[in-house]
Amino acid sequence: MSVTIYIPGDSGSLSLGAEKVAKAVEKEIAARGIDARIVRNGSRGLYWLEPMVEVVTDAGRVAYGPVAAKDVASLFDAGFVTGGEHRLSLGDPEKLPFVAKQTRLTFARCGITDPISLEDYEAHGGLVGLRNAVAMAPADIVKQVTESGLRGRGGAGFPTGIKWKTVLDTPGEQKYIVCNADEGDSATFADRMIMEGDPFVLIEGMAIAGLATHATKGYVYIRSEYPHAIAVMEKAVQVARRAGILGKSVLGSSQGFDIEIRSGAGAYVCGEETSLLNSLEGKRGVVRAKPPLPAIQGLFGKPTVINNVISLASVPIVMDKGAQYYKDFGMGRSRGTIPIQIAGNVKHGGLFEVAFGLTLGEIVDEIGGGTATGRPVKAVQVGGPLGAYFPRALFDTPFDYEEFAKRDGLIGHAGITVFDDSADMLKQARFAMEFCAIESCGKCTPCRIGSTRGVETLDKLKQNIEPEKQLALVTDLCNTMKFGSLCALGGFTPYPVMSAINHFPEDFRPAAVAQAAE
Amino acid sequence: MVMQPASTELAARTAAVISELKNLEGPLIPILHGVQEEFGYVPQETLPIIAEALNLSRAEVHGVFTFYHDFRHHPAGRHVLKVCQAEACQSMGSDAIAAQIKQKFGIGFHETSKDGAVTLEPIYCLGLCACAPAAMLDGEVIGRLDADKIDEIAEEIRS
Repeated sequence: MSVTIYIPGDSGSLSLGAEKVAKAVEKEIAARGIDARIVRNGSRGLYWLEPMVEVVTDAGRVAYGPVAAKDVASLFDAGFVTGGEHRLSLGDPEKLPFVAKQTRLTFARCGITDPISLEDYEAHGGLVGLRNAVAMAPADIVKQVTESGLRGRGGAGFPTGIKWKTVLDTPGEQKYIVCNADEGDSATFADRMIMEGDPFVLIEGMAIAGLATHATKGYVYIRSEYPHAIAVMEKAVQVARRAGILGKSVLGSSQGFDIEIRSGAGAYVCGEETSLLNSLEGKRGVVRAKPPLPAIQGLFGKPTVINNVISLASVPIVMDKGAQYYKDFGMGRSRGTIPIQIAGNVKHGGLFEVAFGLTLGEIVDEIGGGTATGRPVKAVQVGGPLGAYFPRALFDTPFDYEEFAKRDGLIGHAGITVFDDSADMLKQARFAMEFCAIESCGKCTPCRIGSTRGVETLDKLKQNIEPEKQLALVTDLCNTMKFGSLCALGGFTPYPVMSAINHFPEDFRPAAVAQAAE
Repeated sequence: MVMQPASTELAARTAAVISELKNLEGPLIPILHGVQEEFGYVPQETLPIIAEALNLSRAEVHGVFTFYHDFRHHPAGRHVLKVCQAEACQSMGSDAIAAQIKQKFGIGFHETSKDGAVTLEPIYCLGLCACAPAAMLDGEVIGRLDADKIDEIAEEIRS
């Protein structure tokens, strides 16, 4: 009987040597004359164990990790093709605590299936949501998505169903579905993982959005820093076209829908929806003033649904299991699950999908296991470069849109970067301003000029030149940027800066600064 | 700067890229990517050709070309090494890693080594934040960078 061996092919695993492992496994299979098949799956998201190799045995899947190419021969010697014991044995991957504690709805198949096998996708519950949607009226699809409580996972948290309703209600010959896959925030890799690990779920979500709003054309705008994700999505779109999921008729329905993959060109600001639309149109990625909303005048001036990858990839489960099923997870107004990305200086870094409501402390200390360096956690930045730095004193904050807002933070795209006690928060605050200066589109003054002045002011503080005056100035500047910028780049840069100043004042005190300068 | 008229060969290669992508909606950025793939950078002389083909002003094409970090004004080295400098990598010592790399190749960011072997660039996030510090060599990703891996990179670049 043929053995199936899973070796992840996502870029996280590739960066840790998965390609060399796959080559070594191939070599051993040939040399030993074993009847085996290698599947390049996505990652389950346990990056401290990647490359995690799995074998299908009579007792189910058995995992080994982290596997290096030099371990492969000894794995075969230990009989790993039948689940034999080895020092890298992890047992049943589903029973690993990091996996067992999750609620995987959006990521149900990621790391389990062959990403570009449609048979695998359907065998694991794929396409049920789309088939249900095909049989429904657009308004009923929109209603179901609205009732699920799904909110934009890109960071803004705007209710997805309401966006869709505006597009459905706006007349237009041509409407578009645009997927924002410009995942530029540091600490976030959920979009990349789903595109590389389960691309059909995104295609299915976009097709449902098309049916719900009478949009016939979809674009996935993927950042150019993700060449592997672009390649997998291109392949998956071709497979979906051949299978009649995309094309002139979606699964035999009267409506057509097709998807085109577009690559970004290295501009962080294009993650902002209106500058993304300009970029797709072939213009400078400059932010547009709202109104008009993209839902009314979006891509090429046409009604456009623009959603983040995870928002769209969460739609199939809503259409499959129903609004109530999805809504029953979560807390407050944050319904469903959220794929939390635990990154940076952390022992157990990876992707952890769970219902809203865990506290920040549970995520960092219990799930993440503290820092990789073993030193105390000093700060965690939640929500990417525009998110606030949280000190340990705020570790009781539950993971929820509103609870984070109450503490002057944001959950953003749910990325968490952990820093140990060697972090210098003045340096981090300066970086936030510097990054904003590099990436500003230049349209509005608070962002374009404010960020540069912010870097200069923090440099003066570092040099201990009238420190009290500089602190007052940077606070005032942050206020201007927060309320005067057109989009979240200038508007949210004050979050990391002010949270660093407020929660870690010792790093900004003249004495500390003077000492550091010596 | 005096604008030299484009050579026939360059014009023909540019026209071929344009004709393949011209019918896309919003074709300018795919065309710039295509031109860069063709020449390794976007030669200044191609901009008027693109502008004319898309019925845009040269200023508009220039504006788009210069807005995006990806588009090169000059040819890069034979290898391009992008080193992540974003927060998750910072938390794992990307500053020190970048300093080691710069020292190893004797160049700073946005510079190409004298022998043309490598161009060094900062990048703000490769999505390898749980495998930090990270880098990308010619499109191949490398996680958990350390001194040994920097040596391996150097070997590959010099080979």
